[in-house]
Amino acid sequence: MATEDATGGRGPDATGVEAATHPLPDRAVCEATLARMQLIRRFEERAGEMYAKAKIGGFLHLCIGEEATIVGSTNALRETDYLLSTYREHGHALARGTPPGAVMAELFGKVDGCSGGRGGSMHLFDVDRRLLGGYGIVGGNLPLAAGVALASDYEGTDDATLCMFGDGATNQGTFGETMNLAALWKLPIVFMVVNNQFGMGTALERHSAVTDLSRKAAGYGVPGNRCDGMDVLDVERCVAAALEKARVEREPQLVEAVTYRYRGHSMADPEEYRTKDEVEDWRPRDPLTTFPARLVEAGVLSEQEVEQLDEQAVKTVDEAVEFADRSPFPDLASLYDDIYVIGEQVRDPWWSTDARSPDVHRGEQEREAGEVAQELAEAGAAHADETDPDTRAARARGAGG
Amino acid sequence: MRYREALNLALREEMRADERVFLMGEDVGVFQGAFKVTAGLLEEFGERRVRDTPISENTIVGMGVGAAMAGLRPIVELMTINFSLLALDQIVNSAASIRYMFGAQVKVPLVIRMPQGAGHQLGPTHSHSFEALYQHIPGLLVAVPTTAADAHGLLKAAIRDDNPVVFIEHETLYGRRGEVPDDQEPLRFGEAAVRREGGDVTIVGISRMAETALKAADTLAEEHGIEAEVIDPRTLRPLDLDTILASVRKTNRAVIVEEGWPHGGVGANMSALIQEQAFDDLDAPVARVTGADIPMPYSKPLEQASFPHEEHVVQAARATLGEL
Repeated sequence: MATEDATGGRGPDATGVEAATHPLPDRAVCEATLARMQLIRRFEERAGEMYAKAKIGGFLHLCIGEEATIVGSTNALRETDYLLSTYREHGHALARGTPPGAVMAELFGKVDGCSGGRGGSMHLFDVDRRLLGGYGIVGGNLPLAAGVALASDYEGTDDATLCMFGDGATNQGTFGETMNLAALWKLPIVFMVVNNQFGMGTALERHSAVTDLSRKAAGYGVPGNRCDGMDVLDVERCVAAALEKARVEREPQLVEAVTYRYRGHSMADPEEYRTKDEVEDWRPRDPLTTFPARLVEAGVLSEQEVEQLDEQAVKTVDEAVEFADRSPFPDLASLYDDIYVIGEQVRDPWWSTDARSPDVHRGEQEREAGEVAQELAEAGAAHADETDPDTRAARARGAGG
Repeated sequence: MRYREALNLALREEMRADERVFLMGEDVGVFQGAFKVTAGLLEEFGERRVRDTPISENTIVGMGVGAAMAGLRPIVELMTINFSLLALDQIVNSAASIRYMFGAQVKVPLVIRMPQGAGHQLGPTHSHSFEALYQHIPGLLVAVPTTAADAHGLLKAAIRDDNPVVFIEHETLYGRRGEVPDDQEPLRFGEAAVRREGGDVTIVGISRMAETALKAADTLAEEHGIEAEVIDPRTLRPLDLDTILASVRKTNRAVIVEEGWPHGGVGANMSALIQEQAFDDLDAPVARVTGADIPMPYSKPLEQASFPHEEHVVQAARATLGEL
């Protein structure tokens, strides 16, 4: 049913979201907001290029098109609030203030990455900025976020938690389970469904019986609101109001941001589920066009200043790539580090097994395992230089991987 | 003191000692726990710290992980180990992985308690033994206490530790009595208990099977003149392999007894470790006695026939000595 009327059902004018015109904040805020969105856009474009060059492995999910949703949300957070996101979270880390070099280094699998090269694109983490993770399991972050909010409530702080996930996650069991518990226990949490119109390649109306996702948690006791995910000010206003409700009145809220991702689900997405026309229909709503245009029109920034900010973003991303390139890969001997917190219960005895070499030994003793073990570890690591020719060709085309 | 009372005492002591420790699970509060392990805790600690949850296993465990990341020390009770399968996503993808995949920026001091085991005619969705499943997962600690003292001491240790712990109790053992020393300090993970000394064959019993192994050892001594050394590993991660190997080097024979399934079981792994580390000391193949390779049947004779009893262990031990 979907292909013929797909665009009609999903065009920017058919989302049910009314365009709002909020007054502009002061110049410094406008400038910082635009700069963050530009940084995310330029970072993601460059990440896509680095993926094509095979500097980045695995999956790469770009958030191009969702910058207003991300920056509007994070603008509404206090520094002490928590944020949990999905596998499409480079922008969230950047908006929270994680150094772009640490984000790019993580995508490169380098030791200076914000997760030490252990997590990759889908698992960014920055405890100092209270970004408690990107998560690779759809819907997996909702219970975690509710647990974080429970801790805030338990300890009597007024910290709130913002949990962001996609439209696809609303179909997971954890969505209903977590909504129920959050409402039941009056947790200081805001759930934000980033409705980018697709759960991977399945269009919203083909994966969810209720397409007004803001209503989807009401039956569990979590009221919802919608905002224009392409309007950074509308997102911020809506999320700020929801956070206030959650923080002060302990009434968890759901916010649906209606947005659009211009790139595929991941770099491995041939995008056969939508038309080029549909993507073009959404182009005029691009927040990286509309927001600066409004700032120029209102005389807050000149076109030249917008351009300078953008150049700064490009320069920052250049530096991030240089930083990531310079950073070494993690030491092979660190393979077993940090599986456990070493302490009273984890000390001498056998807690991990390394059976990669003939002399089977404790993983935690990898550093003392001898030459054969080291040679075999290096032999394994040397395969990192191999790339399957099909994969290489597909990446060069900007597709597969 | 009964095993369940020892667990209750450990919970009570640790909750008194540390305000960050709290308990949540299905029917742990007003109902006092499906197996009464949490009896009286709601009364003492109130609803903030003893939290009845909806029946939402995956989310309860996930919330425990989130709360632990944010600085609390949650204890989550799951009603049976079979129900923990609904929470496998959060146990494996979150609890076990988070510290490693986020470059050690946070820790997950979470205890997930669950009872296992057959013998109560609860059929194939409430009777299984999954310690093999949980010992498989790096990032988790796994405890399988069999005595009241171990239940108390290991639970205290689990609650105080900074790692996620899967704490596997046994439904049959809840009513068993045993001495718990006054003011017992936490026991240490990774320290096996030698329940009986002997020089002829080493029998390693997992969870309730440590008890079965002891009974078998008595029979072996009385009826066959065989002196078995019985080892209860008490924890499977970390594993006190040294104690097991020292015993095998003395007896040159090993029998591993578990209630769970044979394919990929605890015994499968342990026999691999033993032959890798002590091949030259073995005078017979390492023997395994496991549960039957089937979903647990309801019918009482079928159920009893499908998990190891002392007769099975006696036969296996004698076989390693060439008596059969």
